[in-house]
Amino acid sequence: MKILVPVKRVVDHNVKIRVKADGSGVDLSNAKMSMNPFDEIAVEQAIRMKEAGDASEVIVVSVGPAQAQDVLRTALAMGADRAILVEAEGRVEPLAVAKILQCVAQTEEAGLVVLGKQAIDDDCNQTGQMLAALLGWSQATFASRIELAGGRALVTREIDGGLQRIEVTLPAVVTADLRLNEPRYASLPNIMKAKKKPLVQQTAGELGVDIAPRLTVVRVEEPASRATGIKVASVAELVDRLRTEAAVI
Amino acid sequence: MAILLFADHDNASLSEHSARALGAALQIGAEVDILIAGQGAAAAAAAASTLQGVRRVLLAEGDALAERLAEPTAALIVSLAGKYDTILAPATSSGKNVLPRVAALLDAMQVSDVIEIVAPDTFKRPIYAGNAVEVVQAGGPLRILTIRGASFAPAAGGGAAPVTAIDAPAVPALSAFRENLLSASDRPELSSARIVVSGGRALGSKDRFDAVINPLADKLGAAVGASRAAVDAGYAANDLQVGQTGKVVAPDLYIACGISGAIQHLAGMKDSRIIVAINTDGEAPIFQVADYGIVGDIFDVVPELERAL
Repeated sequence: MKILVPVKRVVDHNVKIRVKADGSGVDLSNAKMSMNPFDEIAVEQAIRMKEAGDASEVIVVSVGPAQAQDVLRTALAMGADRAILVEAEGRVEPLAVAKILQCVAQTEEAGLVVLGKQAIDDDCNQTGQMLAALLGWSQATFASRIELAGGRALVTREIDGGLQRIEVTLPAVVTADLRLNEPRYASLPNIMKAKKKPLVQQTAGELGVDIAPRLTVVRVEEPASRATGIKVASVAELVDRLRTEAAVI
Repeated sequence: MAILLFADHDNASLSEHSARALGAALQIGAEVDILIAGQGAAAAAAAASTLQGVRRVLLAEGDALAERLAEPTAALIVSLAGKYDTILAPATSSGKNVLPRVAALLDAMQVSDVIEIVAPDTFKRPIYAGNAVEVVQAGGPLRILTIRGASFAPAAGGGAAPVTAIDAPAVPALSAFRENLLSASDRPELSSARIVVSGGRALGSKDRFDAVINPLADKLGAAVGASRAAVDAGYAANDLQVGQTGKVVAPDLYIACGISGAIQHLAGMKDSRIIVAINTDGEAPIFQVADYGIVGDIFDVVPELERAL
């Protein structure tokens, strides 16, 4: 079984982003870019499945600019077998990404797609569910555990109020939550080896997918800021202020 | 045209987030139908029918819908979609699971985590863990939205909308429900509680987390929350995580104990009305969003606060 792992190049999670003064977007010039942390967990999961003998090949795919090769090389260094870059410039919405991934999953005859539950830039939390819909496959979102057996996957999902266990028929799309695993660091020899692993480049146009955005971003704003608070000297003062000033207790 | 609200419920009762999503739907300003998909869900449908501003409640029941598995539930919503120009759901784990599947089947883009209705086709939503807010316009014939409950007041009760039973389309079973492992607690539900007491990594162990945080929460009748660091360290259960990737809360009072205030945590609580921070490090970022801060040891300050109440 081939496992397909879509990965996204996003601003590194440690970077404090700034909204552009003209409201046209977020200033990412010179910002450090990395693999979306949830996708890193998905890559790790796929590699572990291959190491356990549940998968024959791990293919990573990214939709984005030419620089997205960097995150694909990272995934190859972690242990993925080969990579596909579907070049697409500008804002590519989850629906368009899902359509591109649908083409790739069908061409590669993937038996399982594992990807992060959301990207930490647009925070959409849509691509996996949309891909499952377009392929007509089952879906298991927000996975914290995946067990494969007999053409099915038993998935533990993180839901409001606790956990849920469901069984999905393969092929399926599974989206990774934080606690699925802890991704490994690539060793230096593996980083060197990854440079020789195959990386194929395509464009969205070659796949015949229309990636024109459906939504119009009118502007991007600073979030509402909070008024500066005060430090109180004692617990007694805190209780008094919560009772009288804030009237919350 | 009208709005279809895919409600969150557990068959027996309606989640407060459904009433909050209705609050958002009423701001868009069209007739609203509420869909209750479930099994043995008459009680949830009855609860929905008492919300003011509802035209009618659609009740679809079936074994496959009992836990609202994504495939049959999305097929049900798609079968109803032709009568609506807006389909929305609260951004709960159920809404987030099902609605993007619906959107793709209808070839529409979804607007996730709406925090403000600017116009019937224009919405605000947080991006980059709440460090920026995007204003998006959804053109086209169909809008699909998930609604962040903390940003909208719940619709009032006192209504009496009719409940209509509808059939769900038969679809091949691609998935099966096995079990729910839900945390049992007498405390209020985290994402709708009026007061939240949260603990961070500074607690140092699960035992100390429980010993320090729980008494204060119980004294205040509050829900317990935790930072991602505390959850990752095993001090608190996963479903107590407040933050970008956990629950987003906006209680009247949020008390952060031993939480430094990482960006991803602030994204989950900075819309709280009053924030109290207790931390030994006076420079911790949590103090930048706190209305009241105490620089001090949580192991002294939190028990003292509990006794002073």
